[in-house]
Amino acid sequence: MTIALQPNIQEHLLATLALVSDPEIPVLTVLDLGVIREAIEENGVVRIKLTPTYSGCPAMDVIGDDLTAAFAKEGKKVEVELILSPAWSTDWISEDGLVKMEEYGIARPLSETADKEALLGNKKLVKCPQCGSTQTHMVSQFGSTACKALFQCDDCQEPFDYFKCLK
Amino acid sequence: MNEDLYNYILGIADNSLILGQRLGELCGHGPSLETDIAGTNISLDLIGQTRSYFQYAAKLAGDDRTEDDIAFLRLEKQYTNVLLVEQPNTHFGYVMARQYLFDVFHLLFLKELQGSKDETLAAIAKKGIKEVSYHKRFSGDWIKRLGDGTEESHAKIQEAIDDLWTYTDELFDSTAADAVMTAQGIGVDVSKLKDTYYKEVSDLLEEATLATPESKYFTRGGKKGTHSEHMGYLLSDLQYMQRTYPNMNW
Ligand SMILES: [Zn+2]
Repeated sequence: MTIALQPNIQEHLLATLALVSDPEIPVLTVLDLGVIREAIEENGVVRIKLTPTYSGCPAMDVIGDDLTAAFAKEGKKVEVELILSPAWSTDWISEDGLVKMEEYGIARPLSETADKEALLGNKKLVKCPQCGSTQTHMVSQFGSTACKALFQCDDCQEPFDYFKCLK
Repeated sequence: MNEDLYNYILGIADNSLILGQRLGELCGHGPSLETDIAGTNISLDLIGQTRSYFQYAAKLAGDDRTEDDIAFLRLEKQYTNVLLVEQPNTHFGYVMARQYLFDVFHLLFLKELQGSKDETLAAIAKKGIKEVSYHKRFSGDWIKRLGDGTEESHAKIQEAIDDLWTYTDELFDSTAADAVMTAQGIGVDVSKLKDTYYKEVSDLLEEATLATPESKYFTRGGKKGTHSEHMGYLLSDLQYMQRTYPNMNW
């Protein structure tokens, strides 16, 4: 079975969607994050299928409200549907988004195998977003939000968030 | 409405709801910042999963019932979570023991549920597996650390495991709704998970230099709505706002 991973978004809606950002990582738009799986306008109503990063992610309610507000400015109504399948993966974050995330001070998710090694403390693989060193260690498997772990750099000593790989 | 499916969903969701509530009680009270954040993160995942289940159940009910009604407005006897998850937050080791004994079951369960013929349940399970894998790694690591730690931590975690052991067997009891749902390829036959569960738990306990309890006396009742004394206190906290100010919103 093949699952369409490419979101189905009408071109003319992209600009408005790009105005809505993740409340917890404000440099990322909902498009960068890959949580919009479908956006289609019919008779002045924009139907959006949104997928949560984590089940309990409180940002989803806020994103829903923000989408409604963004399109309201154009006189359009929004209907948001939360979908769970296929489940969101960190692979859906755009390359552009990953770069912005690093500039913001959050280390980007590693591959699934590397992520496991890093979180188990077997190998030093997570790159410090401040100085670029990989001499880092995990402080806490759970960080400031469900999607992140807390790390510290052994070279520059700065603590930082690491966006955990989710597949 | 498909009464069996509805009850089946509530049976699954109530475990996550009640354990999520228990962990939520610890918000701001963890023994360290990291463990505090971890506890609330796990709570958030569990409550998130609960919402997905309850939203689906409310849709199936087809009346004006909402996810909040199901979460907040039932009577104690109508909650069908296992006794294990309602046990109080006695101390950190106890919390981790309760968590680990549930996480091992939870992950085995979701791995089966992802093959359900019911698409929504399969999707919730797939999403949950990713989250619960992290939970189990966290609680399992703590069991090892405490077991293999100081004399005091060893004694306390062993006592917690011994105390909570009596609630483990109920996890594998099949309810009336379970039987119907399993026959239809929607539900999971939990009795089949039992051997794998006890093997995995006792392997980890051994690694943690802890003894696997040998007691064959098990306490059960939660799945049938007969709860321990702790449940009433938990629910009065959980339901307080909706009972006092019906239909209130944040
Ligand atoms: Zn650094």
